[in-house]
Amino acid sequence: MAELTKDKLLWIYERMRLIREFEDRAAELFAAGQIPGFVHLYAGEEAIAVGVCAWLTDRDFITSTHRGHGHCIAKGVDVKAMMAELYGKKSGACKGKGGSMHIADVDKGMLGANGIVGAGGPLACGAGLTAKIKGTDQVTACFFGDGAAEQGTMHESMNLASIWKLPVVFVCENNGYAQTTPSRYHCAAEDIADRATAYNMPGFSVDGTDVFAVYEAAGEAIARARRGEGPTLIECKAFRYYGHFQGDNLSYYTEEEKAEQKARDPINKFIQRVLDRKLLTKAELAEIDARAKKAIDEAVQFAEQSPYPVLDEILTDVYVSY
Amino acid sequence: MATRTITYREAINEAIRLEMRRDPTVILMGEDVAGGASTHLEEKGEEAWGGDLGVTRGLVQEFGRSRVRDTPISESAFIGAAVGAAATGLRPIAELMFVDFFGVCMDQIFNQGGKMRYMFGGKAKVPVVIRTLYGAGFRAAAQHSATLYSVFTHMPGLKVVTPSTPYNAKGLLTAAIRDDDPVIYFEHLVLLDTSGPVPEESYVVPLGKAEIARPGKDVTVVAIGRMRLFAMQAAEELTKEGIDVEVVDPQTLSPLDESTILESVKKTHRLVVVDEDNPRCSVANDIISLAAQQALAYLDAAPQAVTAPHTPVPFSPPLEDGYIPGPANIVAAVKAVVA
Repeated sequence: MAELTKDKLLWIYERMRLIREFEDRAAELFAAGQIPGFVHLYAGEEAIAVGVCAWLTDRDFITSTHRGHGHCIAKGVDVKAMMAELYGKKSGACKGKGGSMHIADVDKGMLGANGIVGAGGPLACGAGLTAKIKGTDQVTACFFGDGAAEQGTMHESMNLASIWKLPVVFVCENNGYAQTTPSRYHCAAEDIADRATAYNMPGFSVDGTDVFAVYEAAGEAIARARRGEGPTLIECKAFRYYGHFQGDNLSYYTEEEKAEQKARDPINKFIQRVLDRKLLTKAELAEIDARAKKAIDEAVQFAEQSPYPVLDEILTDVYVSY
Repeated sequence: MATRTITYREAINEAIRLEMRRDPTVILMGEDVAGGASTHLEEKGEEAWGGDLGVTRGLVQEFGRSRVRDTPISESAFIGAAVGAAATGLRPIAELMFVDFFGVCMDQIFNQGGKMRYMFGGKAKVPVVIRTLYGAGFRAAAQHSATLYSVFTHMPGLKVVTPSTPYNAKGLLTAAIRDDDPVIYFEHLVLLDTSGPVPEESYVVPLGKAEIARPGKDVTVVAIGRMRLFAMQAAEELTKEGIDVEVVDPQTLSPLDESTILESVKKTHRLVVVDEDNPRCSVANDIISLAAQQALAYLDAAPQAVTAPHTPVPFSPPLEDGYIPGPANIVAAVKAVVA
């Protein structure tokens, strides 16, 4: 088991709690009609983004998915700018032009949430290629879902990353469903990680609700990538509390499944473990809870008080000639 | 430095070579751009093909296999990797062997590369060039001969370049590589072996500037890519009948130099557009629409579009020859508008 300092444990808890708080609040605000469009929420999968990004710095890159809020927060994107982006405000991370599905912060190495399932694989290879050609030790983590695992882009990308020994870690977030379609139906493999064999790279399947397990697997994979030894595939099995998006009727979940989800809650699991082993105290956790709540309160206030972009903004940040 | 006569193929090669020398972040990737990766050829620092049609010949010898990368036949992965590399600090040139192959990688071009800067509120730039072969006349049949630049011109965030001569092929590619937006650079199959004067040194032909290939006063013929050559032949022929044709080569379709086209139309009062692409939603009809919206009062006759028919490219030589708009079609269209 990789060593976890107290600071790192506190950071992990703070990021997981911040994601949960952000997503729960986004769910409420969406239901109340405050957030336009739609939001795909990460609650239930916090351990994956946080366990992976715990090893990354701002110089490292990640590619993300339509369910990208958790990746953003784990990579250090400002929650105020994120919330304002969900509202479509000028002060948003993308000036309100991207929205929930396209949040990005290139300065933080966050190369964008992505509305196209499986599209991040090739982009991650590109970020890996930049690091390889420039001779840096930057690593790119490519988050993708079990649904994306069935896209040709992911197969092409894992093969390309392997033959070029690119410093990319493919993190498959298997939350059990592609929209409403279970992975047991859409996926021919028992474990998506088994496919790593075909790309001649290491593959691990871990409990994606256990941040310690994710952290350990990611640590090995990222170290291997930094050493120039090429990519790894890590499958993290988890679940989504809110289903595909907020407003999903969740009719395809059974009552047993819902109970099982609660029992596997990644944040509760973490709390139990750190208290059992006396790694952190209840007071320390409570302080983080309060801080996370305050940060999200402030983010919502910031988003609500920020102005919308002016109409002229339609024509900026793009080549236009018409 | 001197100007000498080289081919369109050599001009493209030279632009890539000079930019790779000038800027270490410029890389080249695609299927067999060198060829023979990992074979005895690589050990000797040699290449197999230097591109399917030899456009990138000799580059791997100078720049090595790190910067001149053979790829698997995985267009989504390597075109997308070029986009991702562009967003993270390189200036990649990716080769999509034939434009007909866009169907297997278009998401990475228009949804990722084309939209990233806008979606991210201007905080990303994507300086990637996608070079691709196009055009009928090579007996390459329906899936290796299409034109299709209209598709890319339709998509916001992409720039579209259609070189027609060795001179503009080199200068436009240099401009494309230095540009911070994704540029789709169309190399016409049949033009690869054409030759013309090209300066030895590096130079830029700016994106968004049309060239008056031949000044004239009676009729404006806007001709794209290979069609410029046919328009010049037609113009020559029409002088015998006392018709003085002005040939305008847009050079880039996005950005489109509207003012040069409109000024020419206002001068000649007549417009023919020659476009090898299929006609529906075409650049030809877009340019005619431009003239109709902004210069209708100047027009003395209804503008004419000379295009391919709305079919795939046929294989049989007489059918393919009949598919491609030629000088005779242009002569007929010009006569129709001056009548």
